[in-house]
Amino acid sequence: MIKVKTEQLKKNFGDLEVLKGIDLEVKEGEVVCLIGPSGSGKSTFLRCLNRLEETTAGTVIVDDHDLTNPKCDINKVRENIGMVFQQFNLFPHLNVLENIMLAPVDRKKMSKEEAKKTAERLLAVVGLAEKATEYPANLSGGQQQRVAIARALAMQPDIMLFDEPTSALDPEMVGEVLEVMKKLASDGMTMVVVTHEMGFAREVADRVIFMDGGYIVEQGTPVEVFGNPQNKRTQDFLNKVL
Amino acid sequence: MSSFFEYVVQCWPQLVLGLGLTVKMTIFSLVLAVIIGMIACLFSISNVKPLNWISGVYLSVIRGTPLMVQAVFIYFGLTAALDVKISSFNAAVLVLCLNAGAYLSEIFRSGIAAVNKGQMEAARSLGLPYGVAMRKIILPQAIRIVIPSVLNQFIITLKDTSILSVIGCGELMRQGDQIVSRNFRSFETYAIVAIMYYVVVTILTKIFRIIERRLSN
Repeated sequence: MIKVKTEQLKKNFGDLEVLKGIDLEVKEGEVVCLIGPSGSGKSTFLRCLNRLEETTAGTVIVDDHDLTNPKCDINKVRENIGMVFQQFNLFPHLNVLENIMLAPVDRKKMSKEEAKKTAERLLAVVGLAEKATEYPANLSGGQQQRVAIARALAMQPDIMLFDEPTSALDPEMVGEVLEVMKKLASDGMTMVVVTHEMGFAREVADRVIFMDGGYIVEQGTPVEVFGNPQNKRTQDFLNKVL
Repeated sequence: MSSFFEYVVQCWPQLVLGLGLTVKMTIFSLVLAVIIGMIACLFSISNVKPLNWISGVYLSVIRGTPLMVQAVFIYFGLTAALDVKISSFNAAVLVLCLNAGAYLSEIFRSGIAAVNKGQMEAARSLGLPYGVAMRKIILPQAIRIVIPSVLNQFIITLKDTSILSVIGCGELMRQGDQIVSRNFRSFETYAIVAIMYYVVVTILTKIFRIIERRLSN
């Protein structure tokens, strides 16, 4: 089953054409990693998938909802798409439990007790059960990002989007976040991940997509893209980062 | 010096009466100003163009004209033109709340703008509608940011009440004027008036410091 589908997706910021026609299908349970140089449009593309960026042209279909249709109830669709940001974006005035419980209680009309149970279970999954009553400011970057993942999972989404989830972390904390993401992937979550972690992409991705200049330049299994890149630009990029 | 203290005792009842009115006027004005400021702020950040336009005109008129001119225009000018009667106290509260409301709306707007953009994105990405995200995520953070500026505006408004003496409501400054016009002892009288404002503002500042410290923890 196709969970995400884009057709000739284009995005301009003023005169700047950032995405120049992206066609992509993501199947249920698939883990897709987007790699490429900065400015290639990977993050913008990811943000189009839950309409944090409005598209300029083309279609974005998530779970059979056409996000480019003005009648689309975007809030309903977003409940089913979790997103994890580079800067974590935890709510600083709420403690860890409250961060995770807010959306399920407000949107899914979950009772406080039920939401709390869910939140505690998810905190255990990301290995932070003992931090339930801490405020974000008292957590390390890696811990904050794991809470952010738990917060997104609390809405029980079918799809998770990750926007460079480890880029703002100190090196020693990257591993703990990637571990959680690996666990999610092996549980069958559909994931689209913008990342500079080539090791993660190689190990976890079902498909690696190399973007440059607003286009998908090359895609394939990690073995294909990392082992035998066909396009000159992919080769140059991989030579620089590997 | 002893004659100065005798003079203070002599003026005291009338000045305290004025001070009471000053405080009452300030409280009424500020309660209304906070409400007006919030509405004007929501208008100015709204996506609806006519609302932006209304708040824009309001703000530029208040900012572009002196408080004293606003006061005489509303109390003498507007009431004459519309042939309505309004007490000088009500007029004073009206002028002050419109004035402080405009400045507060700018303070609120800057507070909302100061909340990291990622907060709204994270809230919306969870499926929260704009209004809920605003109420539960953005505003609680914005309020903490603006509290020092809001409290500062409160003090400015308290002092601005003295300008309203021009429309003749009997607040502290007006009472001082009246005493001086009777006995011409301007130095002592205005000194006492100044000290009374100073003491009230200083007490308020101390209280606000405590509030700020509580909230920042």
